[in-house]
Amino acid sequence: MLDQLISDPTVRFVAFGTLKILVVFGVLMTFVAYAVLVERKLSALIQDRVGPNRTAPPLVLKIPVLGKLLQGWGIFQPMADGVKFFLKEDFTPDYVRKVYFWIAPAITVIPALLTIAVIPFGSRLGGEPMVIADLNVGILYTFGIVSLGVYGIVLAGWSSNSKYPFLGGIRSSAQMISYELAMGMSVVSVVLVTGDLNLGKIVEFQAAHGWLVFYQPLAFVIFLVSAFAETNRLPFDLPESESELVGGYHTEYSSMKFALFFMGEYANMIASAAMMVTLFFGGWSLPFVGAPAGTWLGGLLHIGIFLAKMIVLVLVFIWVRWMLPRFRYDQLMDLGWRRFIPLALANIVVTALVLAALKS
Amino acid sequence: MSNAAPNAPAPTAPPPVEKIRIKVDGREIEVPKTMPDWQGRPQPTTMLQACHLAGNEVPHYCYHEKLPVAGNCRMCLVEFGTPMMDPATRKPVLEADGSPRIARSVLPYEPQTPRGAIACATPISPGMELYPSSPATRQMREAVLESLLVNHPLDCPICDQAGECKLQEYSVEHGSGTSRFVEAKVHKPKAVDLGPRIVLDDERCILCTRCVRFTKDIAGDDALGIVNRGSYNTIATFPGRPFDNNYTLNTVDLCPVGALTSKDFRFKMRVWFLKETRSVCTSCATGCNITIGSREDTIHRYEPRGNDAVNGPWMCDQGRLNYRWIGRSDRLRDVLANGAKTTWKAAVDAVAARLAAAPSGSVAIVASARQTTEELHLIKKLADRLGAPTDSVPREGEADRLLVNADRNPNTNGARLTGISFTEAGIRLPGIADGIRAGTIRSLVVFGEDVTQHGIGADLLARLELLVASDILPNATTAAAHYVLPGCAHAEKRGTFVNAKGRVQRFLKAVEPKGDARPEAEFLRELLAGTGAGEVPATAEGLFNAMAREVPAFAGLEWAALGDAGVNVPV
Amino acid sequence: MTKVVDRKPLTFYERTYLPTLLEGLKVTARHFMRSVKGGNAALQLGDGYYPEVPWQVAEGYRGAPYLVRDQDGNTKCVSCQLCEFVCPPKAIRITPPGADGVPADRPNAEKMPREFEINMLRCIFCGLCQEVCPEEAIFLQKHYSLTGLTREEMIYDKERLLQLGGVHAGIQKWKHKLEEAREQDTFPVKTD
Repeated sequence: MLDQLISDPTVRFVAFGTLKILVVFGVLMTFVAYAVLVERKLSALIQDRVGPNRTAPPLVLKIPVLGKLLQGWGIFQPMADGVKFFLKEDFTPDYVRKVYFWIAPAITVIPALLTIAVIPFGSRLGGEPMVIADLNVGILYTFGIVSLGVYGIVLAGWSSNSKYPFLGGIRSSAQMISYELAMGMSVVSVVLVTGDLNLGKIVEFQAAHGWLVFYQPLAFVIFLVSAFAETNRLPFDLPESESELVGGYHTEYSSMKFALFFMGEYANMIASAAMMVTLFFGGWSLPFVGAPAGTWLGGLLHIGIFLAKMIVLVLVFIWVRWMLPRFRYDQLMDLGWRRFIPLALANIVVTALVLAALKS
Repeated sequence: MSNAAPNAPAPTAPPPVEKIRIKVDGREIEVPKTMPDWQGRPQPTTMLQACHLAGNEVPHYCYHEKLPVAGNCRMCLVEFGTPMMDPATRKPVLEADGSPRIARSVLPYEPQTPRGAIACATPISPGMELYPSSPATRQMREAVLESLLVNHPLDCPICDQAGECKLQEYSVEHGSGTSRFVEAKVHKPKAVDLGPRIVLDDERCILCTRCVRFTKDIAGDDALGIVNRGSYNTIATFPGRPFDNNYTLNTVDLCPVGALTSKDFRFKMRVWFLKETRSVCTSCATGCNITIGSREDTIHRYEPRGNDAVNGPWMCDQGRLNYRWIGRSDRLRDVLANGAKTTWKAAVDAVAARLAAAPSGSVAIVASARQTTEELHLIKKLADRLGAPTDSVPREGEADRLLVNADRNPNTNGARLTGISFTEAGIRLPGIADGIRAGTIRSLVVFGEDVTQHGIGADLLARLELLVASDILPNATTAAAHYVLPGCAHAEKRGTFVNAKGRVQRFLKAVEPKGDARPEAEFLRELLAGTGAGEVPATAEGLFNAMAREVPAFAGLEWAALGDAGVNVPV
Repeated sequence: MTKVVDRKPLTFYERTYLPTLLEGLKVTARHFMRSVKGGNAALQLGDGYYPEVPWQVAEGYRGAPYLVRDQDGNTKCVSCQLCEFVCPPKAIRITPPGADGVPADRPNAEKMPREFEINMLRCIFCGLCQEVCPEEAIFLQKHYSLTGLTREEMIYDKERLLQLGGVHAGIQKWKHKLEEAREQDTFPVKTD
């Protein structure tokens, strides 16, 4: 009976799909929480400070050595932050457009989570492909979803009915739409090389032929910079630039609604890092070695490799934030429209010509 | 004293005076040959006046345009030159280009050293050249300041004059940055009690004698003088006789330094914190122009504001010190209905309904000649609507020969012109009292007066069905009133008064009203609307302009045209 | 006299943002490595971190402003209110003695504040009060961490400011002036 059920492909798909979604969501949320901690710790170290080193649940300090160490690393800080966000007063100003004001945070965080669905975060584990949705139009799906993210921010800015969020919303819409173009074009050349839109296939191509970052370095640079702009991270965080717009689009938000924007930003960052690992750094593979894993151990190893690469990229994201000052708005637009888009177009043409030459 | 006395008739237009041409700092200007002196009599124009007309202010301490010239401070020394005359031919000596040669004034025994003249007392002559900005003039000023500062204690941090001190100002503008004086300064008595309102600090005195001349020549009380010699000169009163006439505090204004200070204002607030608001004194019908000095809704002092048509630059001590009641702690702050606190809306609606329902002739209104003309006009409109008799309360005192008027109400003429009171204020009051006694008057509205002091006793008030009292401070009438509407002092609202000579003068708001109190015009406006008398403008400007259209006496006047000095109307 | 500064156009290499990027990488990496090795000041507190181990301020540090007394224990402030006037955040509030108040409890200058309050929540430690004070009566001292449980608690009154401020030995100009005046017993008229 049970064997029969397991062997039934529909049941298998539903059961494993649900399991994968739950595990990936859990892992992603943990990553988000600890990305915040890492961000704080790293910034502290770069700025000659100490960073969070106070929070600890009551009994942890009783543990000799380790308790003190965990506290010093601020391991429990994300939990305290979470509790704080839940307990804060969820304030809705009187003058906002309530419905849009309430759905805007959700619209921001959902696309960030949905992007993860098509990322192959491992090869195979016990015969099951390590991707939630093995779409053969994976890249197109990703771009479709990512472009939805702008709606949350624009809605937040507009519905807040206040000048700073409004300016932030306008900036973010212009910025995200501009950089989506450059980002999309940079990926076209990647697709030209691999000849497939399925992200799993792209990873397998890299496992066989080497990482795409070596084939397409220019595409990678454009993608990386565009990813900063798409995630509203420094040096392109103009939508929320504190120095001039208070908090930008989320000025009027508090408590959990603000936390959703916060989570959205970090989830976006992690999704971008995962995307870059998949497209340019060979996903779960190591350079020039590896085929889809046959054993459980190999499958876990591949997942580990993927996560390790992703964490390195997230660290780069964080590092850059504490390294570069914010761009001016005209510089940002200039970089997007007058540098990256022509470069990406040229890259496509050159790639296509080279590929055609190689074929003939 | 003709011009300085405001009670004298307004001077007729002077005949045109001859003009002469002189040069100030090399620039040729034409100035009148004579100008009015401190009494308004034509006198030869002085160098100081000529420089003023040329736009160049000559620093001075002892000179004051409304005081006799003494010429003792030497601060106004100015280098000058006169056209050279050939002693033989008695003809002007000409330069090569035909212009007259100018002989700069020099010391007779030291012809290379320029010699200045005190600009306040030296008349000009045709062709004269004045050099108020020349290096020699600057040097003279610096030297005079150095000499004045020899015995000056420099206790600016504890001196009330700091901030409006001419010695500070001129030291910055004309003085030397450093002191060469190393000897011990002469120490004179400090904090000398000169009279009930004046404290003297002899160390700070620069002996300009403005105070001496004012008390002798303006106030007519020869009370002050200078005693001792040299560095020991001090201002003093006669032994055993205090300096206590009604104009002593003007000497504090006159004193260019901090020697004479007001006991009332002593150590109270630094002058640079004070917000200055143009207003009018309310203590008598003269209506002296004043400047209210306030900080954060506290009034700290009144100062006279120059207006030659009313008070000159002076005011009496009694009026100047009559401001403390505005900040009294027992001010009416709450709107009361039968002794219980209520809201303006509830009270005004209830009063308006009761008044509108009252039969014509059963309401009487007692207004106050301390109210603004606009308020009195609105009260008159209300009275016309209700068919109510009105009057204001007279308030008499003793007049003096300088400023104080026998009528102690600031706006008796306003009450008359708006029709609140008859030619003689208060003659309708006995009629109102009789009406209450007879039972024909059953409602009484009182503004700003305690009618129990003026013939309508508490027994009569007890007979009334409705007693509405609007006032600033509590009294027997407000205690008996069914409705108490807290009003504003003149410093808390804008409006106009008409003084004894018919001068319409406006005053501006200096501080916020206390508690729930509102300007009377505001709730009168609501009462008028509530009793069906129609809408009236909400602002002081609008009210005045509307009143000027409706009241014949004010025909053609406009709020903006009143200016700071006011406009005369026939009374 | 205007001075024209030559602004060189950026080279192509500079316009790629690469040099600044690398410079940023270098600076941040240097600080990061120093912090990780434990070489930065914030981590070198010995026994612990800031609230437990107070930070030792440098010589010349300018913290909270307090009133001081002179070497004879007299309040130096004469209530001239210049600090109140100059205070950019309006943190200082002085109540002068007024006509009816006790002008001074000391023999020297005849005026002193009835009340002197500094709202430490408003104070920005800018030091203009010290700069402007003609009596050397207020000084920025070493306290930098002021806390309280209520807003009222953070408004320091005269007593507290004087107690925190301590003694500052100065030139005592009022005292010398008084001594000088007492020596001059030759003044011809005694007014009182």
